[in-house]
Amino acid sequence: MSVAAAETIEELKARNKELIKEVLEVYPEKTAKRRAKHLGAFEEGKPDCGVKSNIKSIPGVMTIRGCAYAGSKGVVWGPIKDMIHISHGPVGCGQYSWASRRNYYIGTTGVDTFGTMQFTSDFQEKDIVFGGDKKLAKIIDEIQDLFPLNKGISVQSECPIGLIGDDIEAVSKAKSKEYEGKTIVPVRCEGFRGVSQSLGHHIANDSIRDWVFDKQEGKAARFEPSPYDVAIIGDYNIGGDAWSSRILLEEMGLRVVSQWSGDGTIAELEATPRAKLNVLHCYRSMNYISRHMEEKYGIPWIEYNFFGPSKIAESLRKIASHFDDTIKEGAEAVIAKYQPLMDAVIAKYRPRLEGKKVMLYVGGLRPRHVIGAYEDLGMEIIGTGYEFGHNDDYQRTTHYVKDGTLIYDDVTGYEFEKFVEKIQPDLVGSGIKEKYVFQKMGVPFRQMHSWDYSGPYHGYDGFAIFARDMDMAINSPVWKFAKAPWAA
Amino acid sequence: MPQNADNVLDHFNLFRQPEYKEMFENKKKNFENPVPDPELERVREWTKTEEYREKNFAREALTVNPAKACQPLGAVFASLGFEKTIPFVHGSQGCVAYYRSHFSRHFKEPTSCVSSSMTEDAAVFGGLNNMIDGLANTYNMYKPKMISVSTTCMAEVIGDDLNAFIKTSKEKGSVPQEYDVPFAHTPAFVGSHITGYDNVMKGIVEHFWDGKAGTAPKLERVANEKINFIGGFDGYTVGNIREIKRIFNSMGVEYTIFGDNSDVWDTPTDGEFRMYDGGTTLEDAANAIHARATISMQQYCTEKTLPLIANHGQDTVAFNHPIGVNGTDEFLMAISRISGKPISEELTKERGRLVDAIADSAAHIHGKKFAIYGDPDLCLGLTAFLLELGAEPVHVLSTNGGKAWAEKTEKLLASSPFGKDCHVYAGKDLWHMRSLLFTEPVDFLIGNTYGKYLERDTGTPLIRIGFPIFDRHHYHRYPVWGYQGAMNVLVWILDKIFDEIDRNTNVVAKSDYSFDIIR
Repeated sequence: MSVAAAETIEELKARNKELIKEVLEVYPEKTAKRRAKHLGAFEEGKPDCGVKSNIKSIPGVMTIRGCAYAGSKGVVWGPIKDMIHISHGPVGCGQYSWASRRNYYIGTTGVDTFGTMQFTSDFQEKDIVFGGDKKLAKIIDEIQDLFPLNKGISVQSECPIGLIGDDIEAVSKAKSKEYEGKTIVPVRCEGFRGVSQSLGHHIANDSIRDWVFDKQEGKAARFEPSPYDVAIIGDYNIGGDAWSSRILLEEMGLRVVSQWSGDGTIAELEATPRAKLNVLHCYRSMNYISRHMEEKYGIPWIEYNFFGPSKIAESLRKIASHFDDTIKEGAEAVIAKYQPLMDAVIAKYRPRLEGKKVMLYVGGLRPRHVIGAYEDLGMEIIGTGYEFGHNDDYQRTTHYVKDGTLIYDDVTGYEFEKFVEKIQPDLVGSGIKEKYVFQKMGVPFRQMHSWDYSGPYHGYDGFAIFARDMDMAINSPVWKFAKAPWAA
Repeated sequence: MPQNADNVLDHFNLFRQPEYKEMFENKKKNFENPVPDPELERVREWTKTEEYREKNFAREALTVNPAKACQPLGAVFASLGFEKTIPFVHGSQGCVAYYRSHFSRHFKEPTSCVSSSMTEDAAVFGGLNNMIDGLANTYNMYKPKMISVSTTCMAEVIGDDLNAFIKTSKEKGSVPQEYDVPFAHTPAFVGSHITGYDNVMKGIVEHFWDGKAGTAPKLERVANEKINFIGGFDGYTVGNIREIKRIFNSMGVEYTIFGDNSDVWDTPTDGEFRMYDGGTTLEDAANAIHARATISMQQYCTEKTLPLIANHGQDTVAFNHPIGVNGTDEFLMAISRISGKPISEELTKERGRLVDAIADSAAHIHGKKFAIYGDPDLCLGLTAFLLELGAEPVHVLSTNGGKAWAEKTEKLLASSPFGKDCHVYAGKDLWHMRSLLFTEPVDFLIGNTYGKYLERDTGTPLIRIGFPIFDRHHYHRYPVWGYQGAMNVLVWILDKIFDEIDRNTNVVAKSDYSFDIIR
């Protein structure tokens, strides 16, 4: 079956159906039945994408997912730059996640900031047998001794912690008391908990609620509140994303009092309950704390999307609608200011990218959020899926995707490879584990977790980089050489 | 507005523009509750002192920036050296995502590996069902010739029994009875990635030679003329294994590369994704029992595997990642001694060329002080080479090096006048190295990508040799073994030395009298 065969929506849907049937044939019956629920095509008018999600991955299929530790240490907590995050357990988890997520920050690493360092308790057999609580207590002492300017410590549990019955909460409490109320946060993000990174986000959110917010009650603010105070929630500043977002909010007249958690500090976390509005980019990883702040402190939250000029303008207006005319006018001024830049970027790149077909498979918010940016460049998303999305993500996706779009949840290596092989998109956007598979096949690829070491992609400044990067992936001369001229 | 469609600014230039700089300052001042500058400076300076070093070396519990990974990473490396083999890691699934990413970032290649995806229920009831389903799925989907099972720390803590689980899975029909499923327990809380490599290699030897976990007769050794070669966990495996094959072929020696990752991590971009490529055939793995001898290129990667092989009646020889003239001489003489074949004219000439190159360049390296860190065998190989070049390996540090390694390295240093006043640090990490570089500075640092943080903090230029190398491309394609490999290492060291001389002499009208065009 070839791509060109699918011309009408009905043909497209039939092709996708056939494709799904074909990939399911490889599985043993039980597995095929389970996987079938995660694969589908979007039907216009339906409230979600018609796939099951947030369910355990099947053993042995090569899921692309990670674990709760990755969701907590790697995503939520890791970027808080003035704290020390202990990877508590054996050495590997901290080693593989060491500085690989590109959460940019400014600070003197090793002295007042610690983002690109790997602190581990490097568990040995004796720690498993006798427990690691004493070691943890000593580690906290040694951290205080050698890194006196740290503003807090988090204990990121690896698998063994929950299995050997360690009481990291008791150690954290005792040490916090010993160090005059220092923030020490035990996080129960053992890798075997839940089905993916997602539970790790939730656990990390809850630990901020319990061990950071609750401690702050009754304490004075460090700054005078203003009516325009907002917090950026769910931006990890990958390649500087939060910065190219913050600058727009400030330009429209808002005051950003906190960044969660890219280039973030413990002081900013603590100050957030004083914001007037929480603006939420990655819904998946930080909706929990946003809901909590709404319930407990009455802070409203709204989702926004800073990928591509259409969504940015829409989002700036949506954010401004929560404030007075000064801010509304500010938003219009910002949109107008950047319009010439956006026009120039689109004029330059759209002709080179018009009509190109893209397949995505990412985590968090990106399987839907980046679609508008591609469409601003005249590109079309023909398949998308979430590594660890829930049904509410797939509901939100319906506003972005077109009728008949192929949807794959928790895709397996085999499925993804077959889908791309058959559909032959012009670009695949996914992660490092997928990148080289598709490039070998001669399909242009961009990493859409790390921005392929580029970025930022958020905001107007980021869109110029995004457009340039997609162009250079698709229009690189290298793809012409994949087939030798003498090959059949 | 800093951004521009005609000249798109990347992150490294964008955020240096005045708008952003002002934004950063305000963020810091108003919301970050920053440490006051004088205090920051005081502590920063303090971390450079002898006093800090003493405290730093007094650490007993905390590890900061270690230069080692966990057993399962090495297990996956070892498994991927066999024909059409999928590593199957029994335990939590996030681990496998990490190993795959880690290798792909180093080799810029896909890395196929599956997990049994154990979660809370498996933590309570054990992971047997995950094994049964997992093996069946992997077998059907990816059609491997062999599934090589290892474990994460989760499966080890709850005590899952791989031998029993695999037997039960076969009884339940996950894979055929006679299908090859070697296994190894690889707890992350024992040893490091090199231990995991060793355990899997031992498991594969046991599987093929000793009766496939009681399901087949043990093989009887009928000695032949072949030599088995085990490379060990090696970031240069692609270039190295190809070079080793060339060396064997040059001498006309029959050999088996036992664990050959050189093709699976170097597949072409030609329109086809090869999940499998190359690797030691299962037939060769079994027949390796008949070899006359086995050579391990890395002693500390094969501490259990080599004795097991020796027990089957073979001669065994272990090297320590030999780099340079003497190391390669000994390696070739061992092959010659075992095989009875002379060292070829071709290789002898290459040796002469390496000596020639060293003679040409030694003046620039002689007396330079180096710090080295990495896996224990690599450290020994590099130390030996630096001594040959007349350089001084002042600090030699290995996070996963033990007492025996330290003694061996000290002995090596004592064997050369250039090793005087040089010290060995076993079990220490890169935060220890930071103190060493501040209190006893050296001219150059040799290590993996993480060494760039030490370069930034201490100003010691980094020569990237080791694993992982994430931020430079394609070095894994070059050998560091053999005379030609040593030539590569020599050139990498020299390039950095010359770059540094140029960097230090390029100020117009101040230092550029020494900005020579001939060096």
